[in-house]
Amino acid sequence: MNFKTTIGLEVHVELKTNSKIFSPSPVEFGDDPNANTNVIDWGYPGVLPTTNKGVVKSGIMAALALHAQVEPHTHFDRKNYFYPDNPKAYQITQSDKPIAHDGWIEIDVDGEKKRIGIAEMHIEEDAGKNTHERDYSYVDLNRQGTPLIEIVSKPEIASPDEAYAYLEALRQRIQFTGISDVKMEEGSMRVDVNISIRPEGQKKFGTKTELKNLNSFNYVRKGLAFEEQRQQRVLMSGGQIQQETRRFDETTGQTILMRVKEGSDDYRYFPEPDLPALNISDEWVNEIGAEMPEMPGSRRLRYVNELGLTDYDAMVVTQTKEMADFFDETVKLGADPKSAANYLQGDVNAFLNEQHADLQDTQLTPANLAGMINLITDGTISSKMAKKVFKAITQGKEPKAFVEEKGLVQLSDPAQLQPIIDAVLADNQQSVDDFNNGKDRAVGYLVGQIMKQTHGKANPQVVNKLLIASLKK
Amino acid sequence: MNYFEKDLTSLHDDLVAKRISVTDLVQATFDNIAATDPDLNAFLALNKDAALKKAAEMDEKGIDADNILAGIPLAIKDNIVTKGLTTTAASKMLENFVPIYDATVVSTLNEKGIINVGKTNMDEFAMGGSTENSALKTTKNAWDYTRVPGGSSGGSAAAVASGEVIAAFGSDTGGSIRQPSSFNGIVGMKPTYGRISRWGLIAFASSLDEIGPMTRTVKDNAILLSAVAGHDDHDLTTSTKEVPDFAAELNDQTSVKGMKIGLPKEFLGEGVDSEVKDAILAAADKYRELGATVDEVSLPHNKYGVAAYYIIASSEASSNLQRFDGIRYGHRSDDVKNLEDVYVNSRTEGFGDEVKRRIMLGTFSLSAGFYDAYFKKAAQVRTLIINDFQAVLKDHDFIMGPVAPTPAFKIGEEISNPMTMYMNDILTIPVNLAGLPGMSIPAGFAKGMPVGMQLIGRPFDESTLYKAGYVFEQATDFHKQTPKQGGKN
Amino acid sequence: MASRIDQDQVQHVASLAKLSLNDDQLKYFTTQLDEIIGLFETLNEVDTDGIEPTSSVSDQINVMREDVADNWGQRDALLANAPESEKGYIRVPTIIDESEDE
Repeated sequence: MNFKTTIGLEVHVELKTNSKIFSPSPVEFGDDPNANTNVIDWGYPGVLPTTNKGVVKSGIMAALALHAQVEPHTHFDRKNYFYPDNPKAYQITQSDKPIAHDGWIEIDVDGEKKRIGIAEMHIEEDAGKNTHERDYSYVDLNRQGTPLIEIVSKPEIASPDEAYAYLEALRQRIQFTGISDVKMEEGSMRVDVNISIRPEGQKKFGTKTELKNLNSFNYVRKGLAFEEQRQQRVLMSGGQIQQETRRFDETTGQTILMRVKEGSDDYRYFPEPDLPALNISDEWVNEIGAEMPEMPGSRRLRYVNELGLTDYDAMVVTQTKEMADFFDETVKLGADPKSAANYLQGDVNAFLNEQHADLQDTQLTPANLAGMINLITDGTISSKMAKKVFKAITQGKEPKAFVEEKGLVQLSDPAQLQPIIDAVLADNQQSVDDFNNGKDRAVGYLVGQIMKQTHGKANPQVVNKLLIASLKK
Repeated sequence: MNYFEKDLTSLHDDLVAKRISVTDLVQATFDNIAATDPDLNAFLALNKDAALKKAAEMDEKGIDADNILAGIPLAIKDNIVTKGLTTTAASKMLENFVPIYDATVVSTLNEKGIINVGKTNMDEFAMGGSTENSALKTTKNAWDYTRVPGGSSGGSAAAVASGEVIAAFGSDTGGSIRQPSSFNGIVGMKPTYGRISRWGLIAFASSLDEIGPMTRTVKDNAILLSAVAGHDDHDLTTSTKEVPDFAAELNDQTSVKGMKIGLPKEFLGEGVDSEVKDAILAAADKYRELGATVDEVSLPHNKYGVAAYYIIASSEASSNLQRFDGIRYGHRSDDVKNLEDVYVNSRTEGFGDEVKRRIMLGTFSLSAGFYDAYFKKAAQVRTLIINDFQAVLKDHDFIMGPVAPTPAFKIGEEISNPMTMYMNDILTIPVNLAGLPGMSIPAGFAKGMPVGMQLIGRPFDESTLYKAGYVFEQATDFHKQTPKQGGKN
Repeated sequence: MASRIDQDQVQHVASLAKLSLNDDQLKYFTTQLDEIIGLFETLNEVDTDGIEPTSSVSDQINVMREDVADNWGQRDALLANAPESEKGYIRVPTIIDESEDE
């Protein structure tokens, strides 16, 4: 029997605003417990929330980045449940009129392009954090009220690979808007996953299971692949899928039953009476649209069509907004686009990996990279010398000044080179004879001798040209 | 201090002319309370040390002759948080709760120089109409100690009516300022929704709650509303509309001539005490005499107000009161073996029966499968109630009627029957559902107890209500009558 | 008239609201709630087809706060009011069901 797989992804993206979504407390991490909390964050008697305009703006940016329809009349709702990290015992979220709906993103799996629909996206507050010890749990409300956008896919993802590609594309597009760091390892992107399968030809969706503890895109893919197989085995052996939550085990790559769901939770949603409704005008959306950074897809097209990059190079330099911005700036400063792309995906990426750093956190600047590439292009330095220069520019040094200081300038002046060549030829009559007898190999030897005389500073192209001319005289 | 002979204007004159010092006025107020409150039980907490300290500072600095509120002692309902002063909402849940911030109303009043003498009793979390639901004290009616003061702002009403203080602040979610004002023969204003900041008001039903002043005269009431009204960045539902100097509009020239008044037939229907009805009809005649016209009008959905209200208010309350969980502040049960006990035992011990009843009603109305039939239906009926008012107020300056169907009832008489209690709110509730301003002013007596007349206005038109109330007050002497000996008759 | 809410439902509602009721209270509240829900059901007499629900009567719309951080410095006072706290954390008995937690 053949099965069709249906995967749904709910992605929570943490926004990097200055203040919380409903309180002016700072959004900061790593401070002392409860340092960034006030009476609102603690749900004190008598407090009221206030909507952060920056969060609504971020929501609109995310909607635009995901081709979604911004809802002109939106409001907040309360979702009621008790938990120590949920101080009001309700979360302010959006239920019946979320900020945006019906978006899509394009994914590419093995060269095959497909659009995945986004059902809706809403803005809401994050909860605090509980940590557990043997006798007690400890509540830190610093995270309470951190703004989140939840993005809910339509049930159109048909394989673990598509899920992976969807997450990659989603992460990239959100990253380009600049509203979030979208890093799973830091919790600024969190993924809830559900999956069901049904026999080919059956209209009705199968019973879905929910997967937890998927802390990287890879684990999402692995967990889903395991779960897809597990569900098939259950159905093939005549069993039934239960509606349950399963935990992904990173060491075994398997999913383990956590709990079976009995009915649905009763969150008693209703409209939040403490916050005025929002009417989002077309003008505001257009204004935000005009300020939006260029999305990775259109950048890739531009790089291929206008700058002559290969599809692969264009993809690599648009991995993050910082990388793409860096590339744009470097090219704007006169660097050859292909060289710039090569450096970014080669030496720059290697450097970042080695440093475990993001581009924006290093001392590398587009001006210095462009400066270095221009020195190579105009022949001032060789690509071999460039290795040293690159190291210098990662330390924030200006390439031209560095090259001059270290005397790395390439010897390209024929007036200086010709006497050296003449001397080398005079000392190596045997090689000159060999050349005249048709042995081209002799040229390599002679170039080597000239390089030796110039301590490697001679410009090989110029030397070649002058040498051949001298030999043919 | 005999407050029955005073109003804010004359007290201010006395303070400016130094006929009395702020310290003596504050001390005299505490003397009133000491004499009356052991029987009346209007206060839950007194702010004696801080009040006298502030009074001494003000005496030192001198009174600003242009600030009518400078040095005036008044009382605050105990669901309005006061930094450093226990605020309980008359619940065991908050019996020892000391707020760490001031409500906007409190900080505004403090800046204007008023002196908070203490916190007044109420129905627990403002749920009730007799103050019998207080978990801490039973307050009495200032006119008859065997009767209820009304509620939920019963402590504020009794404190003002008995002459303990010149004024107090209350809150009104379904009649909680107007009904106790009516029962105690004082002036109580529930302003338009959004007129006064709710920041620091312990929420009962967020879309209905409104703070308001309770006084013995219309003018005093108008002065206090102007002082605390206006937009607040902490409460985004507060209006940005200009706040008039309401009291400045009240003088010899104030008139109701040519005003059109609507008297809804539903307000004088079944269940309304005949003496209450007579008082209101007499008031209508008085308005005609004063040059207004009074028409019979209809609010056809009024009778559904109680049902819609108890669904909406209880639903919002069930959510608002979830924060009382024994974890961050307030009562935590001693009988705790695990986290679930912290929740369940703290809440079960901390809340009284009426609060539990409303929490369960609200939880039920919002729960899966019932939301559309209850919460949503009530919210739709609310729209129809609003439309009814709009239709009448389109061509009437205001609406008049009784505040409550009966005068104050006996303590213990109705408390065991929640349904009867709920139906008492039938004339005040629709005003909260529509967010309109509503005022109670003394309009007569029934069975020897005060009867309040309710004036209902257009949104943000408290001004017309004050004018109409002032004119009525000047033409009658109901407000001049006072309980004998603080009610010990 | 058939009952509108039974003891099981009241028990369910109480548990959603984290309240516990003994047998007597359960009976007592069930009778009362049933009567009050009967009052609620009078709303069925009203035709509300096509009527928009009202959830707020505020005249404000689109009011928002600018995204500026402001730490009110209330941490110590907040922790002092907590029934149990330790090292800057609010303390509760161990949370057993971790499934909800991130």
